[in-house]
Amino acid sequence: MIRVLVAIFCGGMFGLGLVISGMTDTNKVQGWLDVLGAWDPTLAFVLGGAILPMLLAWRIAAKRERSRLGSPIPEAPNPTLDARLIGGSALFGVGWALVGLCPGPAMAVLGWGGQSVAVFFAAMVAGMLLARLPILRAQAPK
Amino acid sequence: MIQLEWVLGLLGGLVIGSAAAMYLLVSGRIMGASGILGGLIDGSNPNWERLAFVIGLVGAPLLLNSYAGYPATNITANPTLLIIGGLAVGLGTRLANGCTSGHGVCGMSRFSVRGIVATLVYLGAGFLTMAVLRHGLGWL
Repeated sequence: MIRVLVAIFCGGMFGLGLVISGMTDTNKVQGWLDVLGAWDPTLAFVLGGAILPMLLAWRIAAKRERSRLGSPIPEAPNPTLDARLIGGSALFGVGWALVGLCPGPAMAVLGWGGQSVAVFFAAMVAGMLLARLPILRAQAPK
Repeated sequence: MIQLEWVLGLLGGLVIGSAAAMYLLVSGRIMGASGILGGLIDGSNPNWERLAFVIGLVGAPLLLNSYAGYPATNITANPTLLIIGGLAVGLGTRLANGCTSGHGVCGMSRFSVRGIVATLVYLGAGFLTMAVLRHGLGWL
C-alpha cells in the first residue's frame, strides 16, 4: 500500500516537473533538437536540474543495501553496448524529433493534449508491444 | 541574458530529479517512463506500483492544471508523423531499455556507460533528424 502511494506521489511530481520545465511544449523540445535553426537550450537546464538530485541519490544509495521500503537498490547494468541499445536509441531519437514528445511528457499531457497526443500515445504503446515480437526478443539481454 | 524559461527549466528539472531520487531511495526503483509504462502494458511485469506511477504522472498535471490552465503542447505533426513518431519512440525505447528519464536522468547520474551512450545516440539521432527534415526537406 505504501509502495503504491509513493509511486503515485513520485509519478505526480514527475508530471508536474515536466509541466513546470516546459517539456510538455513540443515546440521547446524540437527547438532544442534544432541546432541549425533557432536553438532553444531549455532542455539542457532541465536535464542538468534533474541530474543534480540524482547524483546525490546515487551517493546515498551506494552506502545502503536496500531502499527504505526494503527492495534492493537496482544494480548497475553491465557496461556492454549492443545493437539493441544503439539501434533502439537511434530509433527513439528519430521519433522524438518528429513529434517532440518522449514517453514521460507524452503521459503527462495525455489528459488534455487532445487527439494528437492520443494518436501518438496509441502508436507509442503499439511500438512498445512490437518490441516483444519474438524476432526482436531473441537478442534481448538477460 | 538569462531567460525565465531557463530558470523554470532548471526548477522543473530539480522537481523531476527529486521525484527520481525519492523513487530510488524509498522504493528502490529506477524512474524510467518507458520502462514503467512498457512493463505495465506488454505483460512482462505488470504490477500496482507501475499502474500507480502512471496514474500519478497522468493525473497530477491534469488535476493541477485544471486550476492553472493547460499549457499548450504546440504539436504540429500531422497524423502520419504522429503514428511514425509514436511507433519509433515506443519500439526504440523498449529495445534500448530506457528513454530520457531512465537513461538520461537516472543512468547518466550514476555514470552508467549504457545510459551515457544511449543518451548520446538518441540526442545525435534527434539533431540529425531535425537537421535533415526541417532544414533539408522542410517537413517539420
